[in-house]
Amino acid sequence: MALRRFDLEAGGENFAFDPDTEPTIEFWLGKYPAGRKQSAVIPLLWLAQKDNGGWLSEPAMRTVADRLEMPYIRVYEVATFYTMFKLAPVGKHHVQLCGTTPCMLRGAEDLKKVCQRRIGKPMAVTDDGKLSWEEVECLGACVNAPMVQINEDYFEDLTPESFEEIIEKLRNGADVEPGPQTDRVFSEPTGGTDVLTDPALFDGSRAAALARVPNAPEEPPEPEAKGEPPAEPPTNTVREEVTDDDVERDAAEISGDRPEPMDVPHSRRDDLKQIRGIGPVNEAQLNDLGIFTFAQIAGWTGSNVEWVEGYLSFPGRIGREEWIAQARQLAGQKDKDA
Amino acid sequence: MLQDKDRIFTNLYGRHDPGLEAAKRRGAWNSTKSLLAFGPEWVCDQIKASGLRGRGGAGFPTGLKWSFMPKEVGERPHYLVVNADESEPGTCKDREIMRHDPHLFIEGCLVASYAMRAHTCYIYIRGEYVAERHALEKAIREAYEARLIGADNVHGWDFDVYVSHGAGAYICGEETALLESLEGKKGQPRLKPPFPANAGLYGCPTTVNNVESIAVVPTILRRGADWFAGFGEPGNAGTKLFCISGHVEKPCNVEEEMSITFRELIETHCGGIRGGWDNLKAVIPGGSSVPLVPAEQIIDAKMDFDTLKDLKSGLGTAAVIVMDKDTDLIQAITRISYFYKHESCGQCTPCREGTGWMWRVMQRMAKGEAEPHEIDMLLEVTQQVEGHTICALGDAAAWPIQGLIRHFRGEIEERIDRYRAPRALVEGHTVAAE
Repeated sequence: MALRRFDLEAGGENFAFDPDTEPTIEFWLGKYPAGRKQSAVIPLLWLAQKDNGGWLSEPAMRTVADRLEMPYIRVYEVATFYTMFKLAPVGKHHVQLCGTTPCMLRGAEDLKKVCQRRIGKPMAVTDDGKLSWEEVECLGACVNAPMVQINEDYFEDLTPESFEEIIEKLRNGADVEPGPQTDRVFSEPTGGTDVLTDPALFDGSRAAALARVPNAPEEPPEPEAKGEPPAEPPTNTVREEVTDDDVERDAAEISGDRPEPMDVPHSRRDDLKQIRGIGPVNEAQLNDLGIFTFAQIAGWTGSNVEWVEGYLSFPGRIGREEWIAQARQLAGQKDKDA
Repeated sequence: MLQDKDRIFTNLYGRHDPGLEAAKRRGAWNSTKSLLAFGPEWVCDQIKASGLRGRGGAGFPTGLKWSFMPKEVGERPHYLVVNADESEPGTCKDREIMRHDPHLFIEGCLVASYAMRAHTCYIYIRGEYVAERHALEKAIREAYEARLIGADNVHGWDFDVYVSHGAGAYICGEETALLESLEGKKGQPRLKPPFPANAGLYGCPTTVNNVESIAVVPTILRRGADWFAGFGEPGNAGTKLFCISGHVEKPCNVEEEMSITFRELIETHCGGIRGGWDNLKAVIPGGSSVPLVPAEQIIDAKMDFDTLKDLKSGLGTAAVIVMDKDTDLIQAITRISYFYKHESCGQCTPCREGTGWMWRVMQRMAKGEAEPHEIDMLLEVTQQVEGHTICALGDAAAWPIQGLIRHFRGEIEERIDRYRAPRALVEGHTVAAE
């Protein structure tokens, strides 16, 4: 864990976003659903950091919290957790040197010496306010190691000499070109490659419409409702209507005797879920079978039990969970209450 | 070597225009509507049949993961969240997709969202990738303008895609930490279950996939699941982006067939090992989280999930970190230990305390300033961290050290002996002749 604390002195009392940043703030807020403004906290803190000279002061955090209607502590938590938020002033050009193993293997230690020599201690700003540096963890440009990030730009394939040159240019206000600092093209092997040289890839032949989609089914199924979900969306618990025919068909293949179905008015149906072992799914299936009351279950014979277990595909469970005994008790209870 | 005609990422090196028109010429957005004609189940089945395993490190079958999503949309919307928080040391493949082939990726987001009945996709990109984020935003804008995505688009599936970003926390690559971060909190992983397919982003059904897993989907559908399944050993299908860093002559990213041997991968694309094959010492084959493999075991090994698992390592993200004989291996692993100490989110005690402890001991080991019995103690502590935390960061911190002790214990012992030897026996000291 990185232990990070605020710099309360350097931040002053106030912070306000640059008016030019406002459209960008709106752009970010527009990305998240209503009532989820908090999701924009990282992008907004990042914008605040840019407007505040590269680091986050405590007033800047409060401004973001007010904007997102978040408690201050929630924003402090985020600001201290994420290491891209700098909690103390940095130079105009802040160098983040990747020191993790892939860069270390390619010479990051030598770059570190350059930083120490030309800039000074980590997180100390030079007297002219132009430079500061720190070592950070993997920046995700490992095949172009060693590399550094200066403000928002990556500088890759560095040597101590080319890195020193970049630092000097920045100190003198000259322009520097990000990317690999050798003649290499992005992450291609140095000196070029014969990969991706086939002209057929780029002559437009790949844009020709497919004559037939591979593995397409013979008859396309009914396309699902597309576009926005329907106004009253189906829920995952609503089950397909089971017709009597379905039940008959399935029932014929199960051994044992099917319990006699009954038509019970709603008012007299029992909550079968009170029986331990019966959840909403099983209850719905039992209802489909015309079983609605404790009394019905209490009256099952051994052969009925065998059939229901077969139908619900869980052999032995009704006996193990003692549904019948439970149903008897619940039915008795109901009679007493009545 | 994989032939050019079978490569999915045709602009990996950014030699061509990443814009919409050029991407279309290279085959992106080709016949996308016909790919969506057979229903979400068909898409899932094709991806299952292709044998695609997640490209973010764990190698979980992608089609299977999608099928965990509810089959019907209930009151809560479905979300696809793409994990572009590429932070595993050694890995830099998704970056190339996002800045050079973004349209292939956005098309993949549409197809995958359709397969899981989602109308909204969030792409969570690591904060440091500023240029890549802008490149992606630009491509998304192009896709909206061409009505390829958005409300009432040409594909008949309303679809919005939004880019969000992090701010430098490795842990946000863990899927539930990523969701926390996307909700505007600190990125501390959630306890599972519930899994994201039941309660993910904003409590809604969510699937989190890696950029590469998503970006290959349209091409798999266009060319057929059997085409993709034809590469690599059974169970390790497809083509894969490899990131080869460290002590090779020419480090690079390259798309290759799965199950290519390590030797062929390095010889064909990287110009060999620095100082020749005899100079190879060890390789971390899948990003810093997986244990290293010594030279003699890796040279002719196939680079795929199952082979590397048998070598007690893993393919991970296919970030191949090569180390030659000049490498101070103990120091290299110590630096990895520091990485995990720095990136632990602090939620679970074994990881918060253990990563720091392991790093401090490793620092002493790197100098030799340790007792021989401490090697076993270190090993024991790694086993106490491993498997005792909410997420896999604890495991990831433990494995590199376990790998080092498993294969190079002799080197650690030798260093301790050298440090503890009487000064007179230190190399270079001349003993007066009697």
